[in-house]
Amino acid sequence: MNQWKNFIKGLFKENPALVLLLGLCPTLGTTTSAINGLGMGLATTFVLVMSNMVVSLVKNAIPDKVRIPSFIVIIASFVTIVEMVMQAYTPELFDSLGLFIPLIVVNCIILGRAEAFASKNNVASSIIDGIGMGLGFAFALTLLGGIREILGSGSLFGINIPIFPLDANGNPQTMLVFVLAPGAFLGLGYLIAIKNRLSKK
Amino acid sequence: MEYILIIISAIFVNNIVLAKFLGVCPFMGVSNRLSTAAGMGGAVTFVLTLATIVTYILQKYVLEAFGIEFMQTITFIIVIAALVQMVEIMLKKISPPLYQALGIYLPLITTNCAVLGVAILAAGNTDFDLLKSAVFAFANALGFALALVIFAGIREHLELMEVPKGMKGVPIAFVTAGLLALAFMGFTGLV
Repeated sequence: MNQWKNFIKGLFKENPALVLLLGLCPTLGTTTSAINGLGMGLATTFVLVMSNMVVSLVKNAIPDKVRIPSFIVIIASFVTIVEMVMQAYTPELFDSLGLFIPLIVVNCIILGRAEAFASKNNVASSIIDGIGMGLGFAFALTLLGGIREILGSGSLFGINIPIFPLDANGNPQTMLVFVLAPGAFLGLGYLIAIKNRLSKK
Repeated sequence: MEYILIIISAIFVNNIVLAKFLGVCPFMGVSNRLSTAAGMGGAVTFVLTLATIVTYILQKYVLEAFGIEFMQTITFIIVIAALVQMVEIMLKKISPPLYQALGIYLPLITTNCAVLGVAILAAGNTDFDLLKSAVFAFANALGFALALVIFAGIREHLELMEVPKGMKGVPIAFVTAGLLALAFMGFTGLV
């Protein structure tokens, strides 16, 4: 029961992207489509789970004074692994996420969970915390990516959704601004407002 | 002329916060007051320029020379973390007033993705030599400071406005940032 609570808190009550407001750069930068958001979310989840596990395993061996640099090295190693694997197996996703893959290393969620949770709890709870937080992050990114993709390009996961009227050339007249930079800020702002409204009830 | 193009492009056209989404966390976090925003802008300008110069030299003469480019992420983040620490210690010794002004923002900069992001962008650009990378980094940092100061100014006024209940606080800040990004899109095509 306790582990279930530990798992579920990352999805809603302490959702990293919508409530804790951590890791905003990838949340805004990679969510031009649902598939990009999902890819980024899963890559972050992998790094989060692995680094939580390793930090929890070695927490007693690391002196307190050098713990932050040690955590960063552990995280950076896993980010390098993700980078190489994605480059080899999903080159398209690797290209569209671009700079934001190496930047997983400075995602505040990962260092934040290592410091606040994994360095104080046992391995099993740390892994579950990592999965919950990671999936919560992936969920928020996919949601925002989906909304931006539907409004901005009239599709979802690459499948056409014909809700927009066609122009003279037969192309859908979508709200292009949602794929561009301002749409990310607007989309996330309204998403957080909706989340606040729902959790007040 | 080339340098002027790099500067205008980095500050206005491809603004690091509003177009490239780097450094959004401090952009949202420390933009409540104009004075703290200016302090953070100054600290980032200093560290970002220095970090890009150091990582550029490292990339060209160590990583590429030995063919170990895949170590980029790990080396860069360690160098930046060490550099921030060093700047903090030196500033405390050399210029206490400057340390007073920037000190509290320095530890936050290690996890500012703008610093690592610009370092990676500069190291990956084959057109850039050392001077161009330094100019690029400085201009990006100025763009960050500009966006931060404008945003803090708007948010100070926003506090006195009547905002719908559900939009109070963070949501309205994001919508404001969205409108600011929309305004900066007007610079597209300038360079």
